[in-house]
Order: sequence, then structure tokens, then C-alpha cells
Amino acid sequence: MYSKEFFTRLYRTMYTIRVFETRCVKLYRQGAIRGYLHSYVGEEAIATGACAAARPQDYITSTHRGHGHCIARGGDLKRMVAEITGREPGYCKGRGGSMHIADLSTGNLGANGIVGGGIPIGVGAAMGAWIRGDDRVAIVFASDGAANNGVFGESLNFAASLRLPFILVLENNQFAVSTPIEQSTAEPELFRRGLGYGIHSERVDGNNVLVVYERTAEAIEACRRGEGPILLEAVTYRQAGHHVNDPGQYMPKDRLEYYLSRDPLKIGKDLALSKGGLKEHALQRVEAEVEREMDEAVEFALNSPEPSVEEFLREVEIY
Amino acid sequence: MATRPEESVAAPAAGRTIMYREALNEALREEMRRDPRIFLMGEGIGERGGSYKVTVDLLKEFGPRRVIDTPIAEASFTGAGVGAAITGMRPVVEILFVDFALLAMDQIVNQAAKVRFMTGRQGHVPLVIRTQGGVGNGLAAQHSQSLEALFYHIPGLKLVMPATPYDAKGLLKASLRQDDPVIFIEHKLLYLTTGEVPTGDYIVELGQADVKRAGSDVTIIAWSAMVLRSLQAAQKLAEQGIDAEVLDLRTLVPLDRARILESVRKTEHVVIVQEAARRGGVASDIASIIQAEAFDYLDSPIEIVAGKNTPIPYNLALESACVPQEADIITAARRAVYAD
Repeated sequence: MYSKEFFTRLYRTMYTIRVFETRCVKLYRQGAIRGYLHSYVGEEAIATGACAAARPQDYITSTHRGHGHCIARGGDLKRMVAEITGREPGYCKGRGGSMHIADLSTGNLGANGIVGGGIPIGVGAAMGAWIRGDDRVAIVFASDGAANNGVFGESLNFAASLRLPFILVLENNQFAVSTPIEQSTAEPELFRRGLGYGIHSERVDGNNVLVVYERTAEAIEACRRGEGPILLEAVTYRQAGHHVNDPGQYMPKDRLEYYLSRDPLKIGKDLALSKGGLKEHALQRVEAEVEREMDEAVEFALNSPEPSVEEFLREVEIY
Repeated sequence: MATRPEESVAAPAAGRTIMYREALNEALREEMRRDPRIFLMGEGIGERGGSYKVTVDLLKEFGPRRVIDTPIAEASFTGAGVGAAITGMRPVVEILFVDFALLAMDQIVNQAAKVRFMTGRQGHVPLVIRTQGGVGNGLAAQHSQSLEALFYHIPGLKLVMPATPYDAKGLLKASLRQDDPVIFIEHKLLYLTTGEVPTGDYIVELGQADVKRAGSDVTIIAWSAMVLRSLQAAQKLAEQGIDAEVLDLRTLVPLDRARILESVRKTEHVVIVQEAARRGGVASDIASIIQAEAFDYLDSPIEIVAGKNTPIPYNLALESACVPQEADIITAARRAVYAD
């Protein structure tokens, strides 16, 4: 029922995120990237599946672990790498960096350095659509850590009271920095919290891109019918530490191995081969194309100028 | 178009006398008619018309999608204002008391103030946060603060504090016609004050201080409710032979340095009056600007009359003791001009 192109697109997006993150970690080790870098490796199916279900005019808000969302919305790899390496042609002219990449042209209102910070911003994007009477929806990506922050509850309640076209995709990767979810809450099944606010809420397999796609597509349709908001808890696992310099030794080995065996790319590939009827060599061609594109993006970024200090200092006068 | 300060002192021909809260109501109504992107949200602003009656009857005219009653949840509805603003709307978020803005500081400081900068100017946040501060009559420590210094300190926010109905209307309209987040702080003791306001459309541009009383002996710099108190003090000073100029800053960000320095160079004596607690206040920053840029003109040390470094007490006598009174301003001005 889905086309070859559909599965190719999903696999390409997931593979792009994987290659992007892997390459960025390398660039970080080489000193080309500073500050913090939070890898989305292991969680690719969520951004990919959810964004594939949305229209270009819909909105998303992202997180500090936000490269995957930007890519899944169709972000330009060149401008992304340029931003993360602090260059002038980057999305934010080198002023934002990894934690603040935004791409308004794809409706990506931005990553966020504050855990939970993007949730009410997504409520506002949905509210604007509701006031204007257009059929856009806002998809907010937030983490299990954000679910314990005040704005999570406030925003769900507020969005529910107005029945806004608002979808909260809770990426439950089971760690808030280093604290396991079982330790930070007495109810680790986070979707149950949405039920308390009178919101349709469900738990989905966050490592299966097709499941995420289908549940999000249903959620979007419901929102366009005025039956929002909706909470989707996508269960997944971080395949590494919190950020590039966190070895993640606190992560139990057996659990990590279990989730590595359920790697979203592996699952996505199997789906493409079995349900999509794609051949192995077709996917290898996709992989080669993505790697070439990434090579070009890195080369572009590293050959791009850094922002002008003089121009920056002229700019700060207005603040 | 900029409105010259003189026009706001002299009564315009088409003017009527209305209350500060009515002037704000008119600004919202007229701007909402002009621009369908403008909508309001806050606690009890719909049917009830707001605690200080600024949004009276707006629900009737604009309906529940443009005048939205929110839960008591400042962080989320302020954040919703940020998100709506980034996506092309022009929200006016009402925070009932500036004290409650502290619940929304992440959204104000980390989000609204930084979006334009952090996104490399892809996005902007045309959000107006209307709130009110200052002492009332015994509202005590959590409903009486003057917190402008917190916002003044944050790059990326504009900060507006009108003292008169004319300025309140013109500044609110101007705030709704520009693209950056504005913290618009009204004063609870000003809502029932009256003043001349023309019937036609006008704005007061942000960043223009206003000489509310011209004088030659000493410059009294003030904003918000302290402008009225300074004008009363100036009246008394005049009876004592001291001709004070009262400069109403109207907006603290942008700050009208040029007009401050112009007045200082003329009078050579300065009193800065702020209701907020003295420590780390805006007055200190203004004093530092004056001493750096007009040092040679000063004939006496800059006087700062400010609130005491204390939470605001409930008892009325104690409350009066911790914010500047007319007598304090007079004393400071006399000291500045070596009158005693």
C-alpha cells in the first residue's frame, strides 16, 4: 500500500541523520565543532516518521538533540554543518550553533537549549493556525526529561482547553541526561499523563519508522478535524551518552544491546526490503548518495568564512 | 510618525480627557481593527475585561479566538505568545502582575528575547507583554514590585513604561507596529488617572523621552508613576524658587540618551527617581551614562531617589516609607542645587 518511493524516502532520511550525526562527532573530535553536540543516533525513526506525515506548511519545534528534526523537515545539510561549525552561511550565521538551529523556511521554529522550552512555543504556533482558521498543525518534539518540567503540563492543559491542532511527540529515550526514567518518575509510562488532561494519548514503538509515521498521520488528521491535541509517546533509546563527551557508562549494557538489536535503521531497512519491495542494491545506492552529499556539506562548511566580528559588533548596537 | 513631546504636554485641539485604562483599551481596539494578526490572551481578560478593566468589551467585538482567557499558567501562555509571534501573529499577552512574569522568565528571557538573534534573523517575535507593577495600596510583597531592571538587563527586549494616558495609548500602538518583544509595564496607581488624548490615530515612537515640565535649574529624570510624583515635587520646588525640568523617559529600552544628556547639559544638576529598589536598578545605569558622557557639565553629584532594598510591606505607613515620596524628591533636588 506504500510506494517504493515512500520507503526510499524514509530510509534516505534516517540514513542521512545517522551519517550526519556520525560525521559531526568526528568533526567535534577534530576540533571543528565547539560547545555541545547531542547526537540523535538511535532515535532517527521518530523525527523521520513524524515529519514524513506532515505537510510543508505545518510547524515543528525541536530540542537540544535537534539535528534529526531539521533534516527530517528537509533542512539543507550544507547550511546545517556550516552552522554547527560556526560559519557565516550557517542557518543562524554562526550565532546559534547545534542547540539553536532553526529553519523557518521548512516550518522548523528551532531547536532549543532549554529542556521543554519548545513546548509552549508549539502551542502558540498551533494557536495561530486556530485563530486564522487554516489547517496547519504544530508538531512538538520533546523528551522524557521535558515531561517532568512544568511547561509540559501547563501546555497540554492549555492546548486541550482550546482543542488546538497540537501534537506532542514525546521522545522517550529513557534518560534525562544521566538519570534513568524509572528514577525520575513514579509513572514511567508517560503517555498516561496526557489522559489526565483529557487528551488522546498513546505509546508507540519509536524505533519503527512506519509505526511512527502511521500514528502521526492519524494524529494530524484528527487535529485537522479539530480533535486535537494528541500526545504520542515514542519509546526509543539513546545509543550513546547525553552528549559527545559523555561516555554514558551509566547505561546498562544489556538494555543498550537490546536496543542496538532493534536499531531503527535496521528496522527501516527491513521494512523497505519486505514491505517496500526494494532491493538491497537500491538502498546501497541511496547510502552512497547520502554519503556524497554529506562529504559536500562538510567541505562547503569548512571552506566557508567565519562570521565577521565587525558586522557583529555593528549589530549589537541595536540591542 | 513621531509625536513631539510638546504636543503631549499641550492639550491637542481634538483631545478629550480619558483615563489611562481607557487609553489602553482604545489602543488595543483600534489596533485589533486595523490588524487581524493581533490577538489578546491572559487571565480573566474576556468577559471580565481584565482585573484593571483594560480589555473591557473587546471579547464582544473580536470574539473568543482573539480575546482568549487562559489558565493561570504564565509560562505556557507567554510561550504560546512567542510561538504565535514567530509564526506571523501579533499576540498581546497580559500578565496580571509583573510579579507573575517571574513564572514566565524562561520564555521571556531565553526564548522571546533571543529568537531573532539565535536564528540569524530568520525569525522575529512581535510579542507585546502587557503587565503592571508598582505599589498599590497594601498589596504586599508579591503584588507590588517594580521589576523593570530585570528586563532592562536582557538584550533583545524592549521596555516601555508609560506615565500618562496619551503616552500609554501612543506607546502601545507603536509597540504593536514593530517586530521585537516588548515588555509594556503599566502602573496600578495610574489606571484611573486622566489626561488629554486626541481622538485620531497617533503613535508615540519608542525611544523618545518627553519633557513633561521644562525647567532650567535641575533635571528630574523619572518614568511611570514617578513622573507624576516628580511633577508634583517640581510644583513645590517652583514655589521655593527652584525651576525643575521633569524628563519622562517613557521607554527604558531603547533609552533616549540624547535627550537625557541635552537636559543635563542645560541644568547641570540631576535627580533620578525610581520606584524600584535601589540596588542594581536602572537609575544606577543612567547615572553611569551621565557621568561618562556629561561629566564636565555636572555641578553636583547625581542624586538617586529610589525604593529601599526591601520586599514591599503590607502596612501602609511602611509601604510609603520604602518608595520615593514627593518630599524625598524635593529634598534631593534641593541638595543637588545646593539650596540648603
